[in-house]
Amino acid sequence: MPTINRIAYKNLRRKRLRSILTLFGITLSTWVLVSLLGFNQGYEKSLNSDIDNLGFQVLLTAKGCPYEAATLMMQGGAGLRYLPDSVLDDLSEHPEVIGLTPMLMQVAFDPHIGDTGGIAAYTGVDPRTFPGMKTYLEFAQGGWFEDPEALEAVIGYEAAELEQREVGDYLLIPDHDVELKVVGILKRSGTQDDGTVFVPYKALQKVFGVEGKLTSIGIRVDKDTNYSEFEEKLYELPDVQVVSMAQVKSTISNLVGTARIMVMSIALIAILIAMIGVMNTILMSVLERYQEIGIMKSMGASAMHIFRLIWTESVIICLLGGILGALLSIGLAAATEALIRYILPYSPKGSLIYIDLPLILRSIGIIVGIGLFSGIYPAYRAARVKPIEAIRSSEGEI
Amino acid sequence: MNIISAQKLSKVYHRGAEAIRAVDGISIDIARGDFVSFVGASGSGKTSLLHLLGCLDDPSEGFLQVADTTVYKDDKALGERKLTKLRREYFGYIFQKFYLIPTLTVKENIMVPFAFHRNPGMRQNVTEIATLLGLEKRLDHLPKEISGGEMQRVAIARAMVNNPQVILADEPTGNLDSKRSEEIAEILNSLNRDRGITIILVTHNQDLAQKAGRIIELRDGKLLV
Repeated sequence: MPTINRIAYKNLRRKRLRSILTLFGITLSTWVLVSLLGFNQGYEKSLNSDIDNLGFQVLLTAKGCPYEAATLMMQGGAGLRYLPDSVLDDLSEHPEVIGLTPMLMQVAFDPHIGDTGGIAAYTGVDPRTFPGMKTYLEFAQGGWFEDPEALEAVIGYEAAELEQREVGDYLLIPDHDVELKVVGILKRSGTQDDGTVFVPYKALQKVFGVEGKLTSIGIRVDKDTNYSEFEEKLYELPDVQVVSMAQVKSTISNLVGTARIMVMSIALIAILIAMIGVMNTILMSVLERYQEIGIMKSMGASAMHIFRLIWTESVIICLLGGILGALLSIGLAAATEALIRYILPYSPKGSLIYIDLPLILRSIGIIVGIGLFSGIYPAYRAARVKPIEAIRSSEGEI
Repeated sequence: MNIISAQKLSKVYHRGAEAIRAVDGISIDIARGDFVSFVGASGSGKTSLLHLLGCLDDPSEGFLQVADTTVYKDDKALGERKLTKLRREYFGYIFQKFYLIPTLTVKENIMVPFAFHRNPGMRQNVTEIATLLGLEKRLDHLPKEISGGEMQRVAIARAMVNNPQVILADEPTGNLDSKRSEEIAEILNSLNRDRGITIILVTHNQDLAQKAGRIIELRDGKLLV
């Protein structure tokens, strides 16, 4: 039994190559759209996760460039300036502060890294406060060091793989001829901690000759804290730079904003081209079937029936293209993510493209909406065909 | 009882400043069960008259009634929605070109009217009509897989599927050889004779025209009495 939907579907098979090319255009547009929306969603999620995993909401560093401080906060690295560790006492007096963890980042040139040598980084942390802020860290082997002055190390998953170390092994700090005993190896966390070598901060101060100095202090604050008021209070301390989580998010968002706008523009153009493609295909199909549509009207098809028939064709093509495009975007998510990581100035750890069912349904909905919109004009043209005009154009006799 | 009644029916076309009276004041009554042939030279207005009587085209002047429905009177035509219903309920159309949908099978082509107007009671008609027209073995074929005569029989089946009271056929044998034309003529004759369907035919084919009970000749848009 032929239904309007079946007739519409079979009509699309009449000019297969044209339908396939249109379908291909829709599929590519959907791929771009799903990837873009997935990127927006994934980037936000990963960035939030990275920041939440810091374990603190505010970072205090020595006065300097805020972007440098943001980089320090997100990616680690050696600060060029130092804070005196007496700042810890000043900070603990603030009622908003519910936790403090001092950090010291140091680097040493290691001639054994790569062909020409490289930089080995060490993060000095306080064994009494740091683990409480990084509760998500789990150990593959061993555990945290307990003595803040012990020459011991806990190494992240990737660092352990790179250095080929296990618990009980020793790790040499080049230039200083000091060996650290590995007491713990972390499980993979998906954060920058995976590549970090943690050392008790007081031990690191001694090794590098920077006793009484810190590069940063992580501050966990009460949830009801007014951040701007708290920041103002912190700036009363001499020569400090305050970096809040909100600032970091905003800084990074600004950095990637241009790239996002560019990708959004490409998606918009792709959708526009696909829309024109659908409209062209369906309109051509209507013009080719002018007489056939007239005959259908003589058989009892109303203008609304014909409108629905043609509209259904554009919806079918967009629905199929939408589904194929969504599958393509899932299949190529890894490649798309690699490309985006290559383009962006900073990418958080974790999945950059997050595609879930609601996003796929939303994207297919958008594409079907485009199909509905693109089909309006061809369907309107077809619905207006008068049977007599269609027949007369064929029979040629009056 | 008349199924179609036309009085002083005219159709005027305009080509620039020139007015062409394709149908010029024709009055005709067609009774239920009639078999009427319109004959005449090309341009005599027979196809235009067929289109007016079949409610495919609006008259320019006159009066037209189908069964109890006034289609055109005092310059007022029936609305498109009511015309669609009228066409669906009363008429089946057969054209010189068959206008089958190439991607649908013979069976689907016959059933196309059901896509627009579902009538479960008539579905059983399909097998019966296909058998009557000798198409029962062709139902799963595509139009490109059957002959011209078979295509026209499919078009006739499609016109019959809604149980029309009137079949309007415009040069139904125009694209067929003499043997296939004879087949189609016989089918139309039997539909009229055995089922009481009113047939209105336009043809150049004298043999086909002779099958009709009434042969009406047109010249310059007028009936020749």
